[in-house]
Amino acid sequence: MPRYEYRRFGYTTPPELSGGRPRDYKVAIVGAGPIGLALAIDLALKGVASVVLDDNDVVSIGSRAICWAKRTLEIFDRLGVGERMVEKGITWKVGRVYHRDRELYAFDLLPEAGHKMPAFINLQQYYVEQYLVDRARDFPELVDLRFKNNVIGIENSNSGATIKLETPDGTYNLAADYVVACDGARSPIRSMLGLEFRGQLFEERFLIADIEMQADFPADRRFWFEPTFHEGESALLHKQPDDIYRIDLQLGWDADPEEEKKPEKVIPRIKAIVGERPFEIDWVSVYTFQCSRLERFVHGRVIFAGDSAHVVSPFGARGGNGGIQDVDALGWRLAAVVKGEASEGIFERYNAERVHGADENIKNSARTTNFMTPKSDMEKMMRRAVLDLAAEMPFARRLINSGRLSVPCSLERFYNRHLSAAPLPPGRVAVDAPLEKNGEDTWLLSELDAGFTLVSFGGGAGPAIAGVRHMSVGADHGDLIDRRGFALDRYGTRLSYLFRPDQHICAVFRKPTEEYVRAVVDKELGR
Amino acid sequence: MGDFADDRLGTAGDDFYEALLEAHKGLSFEKSAALNARLVLILANRIGDLETLSAALTAARGSKE
Repeated sequence: MPRYEYRRFGYTTPPELSGGRPRDYKVAIVGAGPIGLALAIDLALKGVASVVLDDNDVVSIGSRAICWAKRTLEIFDRLGVGERMVEKGITWKVGRVYHRDRELYAFDLLPEAGHKMPAFINLQQYYVEQYLVDRARDFPELVDLRFKNNVIGIENSNSGATIKLETPDGTYNLAADYVVACDGARSPIRSMLGLEFRGQLFEERFLIADIEMQADFPADRRFWFEPTFHEGESALLHKQPDDIYRIDLQLGWDADPEEEKKPEKVIPRIKAIVGERPFEIDWVSVYTFQCSRLERFVHGRVIFAGDSAHVVSPFGARGGNGGIQDVDALGWRLAAVVKGEASEGIFERYNAERVHGADENIKNSARTTNFMTPKSDMEKMMRRAVLDLAAEMPFARRLINSGRLSVPCSLERFYNRHLSAAPLPPGRVAVDAPLEKNGEDTWLLSELDAGFTLVSFGGGAGPAIAGVRHMSVGADHGDLIDRRGFALDRYGTRLSYLFRPDQHICAVFRKPTEEYVRAVVDKELGR
Repeated sequence: MGDFADDRLGTAGDDFYEALLEAHKGLSFEKSAALNARLVLILANRIGDLETLSAALTAARGSKE
């Protein structure tokens, strides 16, 4: 299997430096990683133009983020790259936890049928970025990709932000109504604005290596506490496409990061895991983790999304997946404000929802990291007790924490639950279901692909409201047919659900009158 | 012994484990052990049923170490 071939995207002199006419930029996105690119595509699908600025002109070097969760895949599917990702990625849903060489238990992250997207795929970040760039290029009029445009300054005001860019042809200024900082964990924009990034640093070092190797290891996520093949506290082995395996080894706080990166140190550690199979090292890094976030993600006309806003330790796959949920929450709001359909006040709700999401991710990944790095003899003893009991007592398995894997953030706290009969309350993200439309197979989430949508389960008419689509789902008649019963089972009958453009439920009605539905939509749009 | 094996904490398990470590934070090993001893007595009284407690002792003792 040939290794990934890095290709330069290339640099084009921006119109500002080639005598072109200056343009009116509504949205400037800083950073062409998965978050920035996904946002540009989401905006383009809603007819909103953006300029994407990146200091580099190549995809991520090294695989970095590899685990993409079901919700992320659903969002990517809405953006038009989900199927391509699943096709290339390694699909998995089972995690196995070992203590020394004994398997303690396995967990299944998606034990039920009737979902388009799998629980997880593993796919190197460079593929994800390449697919997103390819997709962004489907919108040449709406996505202006500018590589080797490095942000060196920013001025924020109440009516817009101006960024100063450095290119191979010199510097120029670019003014936009909104700037979205998707510029990563070490966000230069965060520093330029002098914003504090507060949190917890874990006193532990991890070796992360991607190796290329022919092996028949399973796709399952395998995690060892006190492995027999490594003197450290834990190890993780995970399969990626192209015969690449991700290995995470806990090294301890005293490990020397420069020494540990050297092949003469890395190779014996890997041999201890994979035996005498030949392998090649693709990428190696020694990490220290922190869980930190900005206090607020919205600062005037500068909005933060992804790692620039929050970082977590990687056990739980909550970094990249959390960032994509930021895009989901921001894209429709930003598009609505730029188009004049919503008031700027709705960015406060983006801030509140995603601060909540970041806190949930930080809480879970911090707990995992704490479980993996006992800080005292008593903590070690406590963890040992959990591991010892787990072999025979299922309750103790629940206490073992090798990662609480990314799940969609629930927004229930932002909504009132007024209809207790509804199986899914407002604030939850839509649960997928297989359906039929005009005799063709489809999925519920594929039908919730734009704008606000009112869906009447078990049939029923909906009010005609500008900007709100209506569809009915029935066992044998309606706009969408639920032949296999998954949708009616998941949503109930004689209930109408109003979905936000990001597929979150924002209201459930017995009788969706025009007045009620309009009131909910107006509130969501801040008008 | 099946009763002891069943998970009754659910997702609150992580909350409890975090609170447990928090309670021990900053204590010497001896003070931590004393905290555990008090905790056992408090929980035993809360369970308040000798038969259950005897079975729990057997279950805990039967496990490794």
